[in-house]
Amino acid sequence: MTVLVIAEHDGAGIASATLNTVAAAGKMGGDIHLLVAGQGVAAVAQAAAQITGVAKVLVADNAAYAHQLPENVAPLVAELGTGYSHILAAATSNGKNILPRVAAALDVDQISEIISVVSADTFTRPIYAGNAIATVQSTAPVKVITVRATGFDPVAAQGGSAAVEAVAAVHDAGTSSFVGEELAKSDRPELTAAKVVVSGGRGMQNGDNFKYLYALADKLGAGVGASRAAVDAGFVPNDMQVGQTGKIVAPQLYIAVGISGAIQHLAGMKDAKVIVAINKDEEAPIFQVADYGLVADLFEAVPELEQAV
Amino acid sequence: MKVLACIKRVVDYNVKVRVKADNSGVDLANVKMSMNPFCEIAVEEAVRLKEEGVATEIVVVSIGPTTAQEQLRTALALGADRAILVESAEDLTSLAVAKLLKAVVDKEQPQLVILGKQAIDSDNNQTGQMLAALTGFGQGTFASKVEVAGDKVAVTREVDGGAQTVSLSLPAIITTDLRLNEPRYASLPNIMKAKKKPLEVLTPDALGVSTASTNKTLKVEAPAARSAGIKVKSVAELVEKLKNEAKVI
Repeated sequence: MTVLVIAEHDGAGIASATLNTVAAAGKMGGDIHLLVAGQGVAAVAQAAAQITGVAKVLVADNAAYAHQLPENVAPLVAELGTGYSHILAAATSNGKNILPRVAAALDVDQISEIISVVSADTFTRPIYAGNAIATVQSTAPVKVITVRATGFDPVAAQGGSAAVEAVAAVHDAGTSSFVGEELAKSDRPELTAAKVVVSGGRGMQNGDNFKYLYALADKLGAGVGASRAAVDAGFVPNDMQVGQTGKIVAPQLYIAVGISGAIQHLAGMKDAKVIVAINKDEEAPIFQVADYGLVADLFEAVPELEQAV
Repeated sequence: MKVLACIKRVVDYNVKVRVKADNSGVDLANVKMSMNPFCEIAVEEAVRLKEEGVATEIVVVSIGPTTAQEQLRTALALGADRAILVESAEDLTSLAVAKLLKAVVDKEQPQLVILGKQAIDSDNNQTGQMLAALTGFGQGTFASKVEVAGDKVAVTREVDGGAQTVSLSLPAIITTDLRLNEPRYASLPNIMKAKKKPLEVLTPDALGVSTASTNKTLKVEAPAARSAGIKVKSVAELVEKLKNEAKVI
């Protein structure tokens, strides 16, 4: 039994979600191989080889794999993956984009966003926005699985010494091309990896008022998120959205400010270790999951909190 | 250009579902059912493409039980021209649904297929990508902007770090994200008109598609409950608790 993990990377370094995915692979048993597909990814492959628990790194370095176009990367993974017992990717926007295309090419069902490994063929995953947990067994010869990073503690990025092997196969479907990207630039920690997350909801009233949250976040070294209501209202960009259809976070501390607590939002943050809710509506559902609730006007409480920490 | 919009009948997004006592699934008896919210966005995008003169015909398709005809009628009222139901009472996996949709694509030969990025019941986020694999079409998943020009479509996608734009050759598959558009409501006259629009019913057998699955759901349980904590009276008390009790700051 050998598990193939698709490395998530930006061309320069390995994304932290890969470390959680390798941890999940470790629970399935057998060797772990890591696939780094991209263009000019020698440095990424070297970093991949250091990850604890990885036995071999496969490097597919070709212009066709730049920007991780699924039309080209999925056939590569399907071709390499046939000899493996499992193919895993982190449930990031990239993993979600590529892996179902791999599963269909291999004619097997995929299991999405597992949060635990029961055995080598049985896994649990949330359904209905986390209001139910399904235990799913796969009889597929190759089990194709995306991994929710928050379900698994990451392995160490250092300490391994895997062999690095080049893959010559080139798949270029010619049906798609990369045009451009606009990536948000922030000095704050990435939401899904942050130890502390401060999120704002409709109660923030406008995008400008998020400055109170940024100030608090910078004091705490926190990432800043938002509810779907705040995104829909145009306060902040969608990549800040925490919830069923946004990012799933499980920080040590989650501070929900002016967020009522719709089930779709709770689905994205209820695995946080400690939840703090600040809301002036004492009936807000967010208080039902908060460890510490403060019924207060956020425009007074947040600056006061920023001063106090 | 013909556009195929795919929709799923799911539990309404406002319903808080309960797990059945025998752990066989969630209790859907007497629960309000609706069109999956992402599928509403898919139908809306197809209608807008027709209003812009890009699309000439919109075919809406659903794979599901007989009752999914309600959601197909809704899509017809929103502006789709005709509907196809591939009737199956079984709980199908995304791969089975993608295979059935592939058969419909072969039959209808659309230039663009628009689906929701995920259904809010199974939360799989697989079908569009799988359909793209089976058809060999390019895929623009999690779309926040769609622009058709000539024989290409430019799709701006919501990705973890921001937005990415790709160009796909037609025919292509698109899956919708929340910000692609804001779906309209069906007007009463259009609801009445929709009743007369054609709705074809097919079966997996008639399409020659096997819906066998490699996944088996062993049980469905309620998640571990998170109990409510305490209310603090002041910011000072909150900070004290976070420092000394929870030890997280």
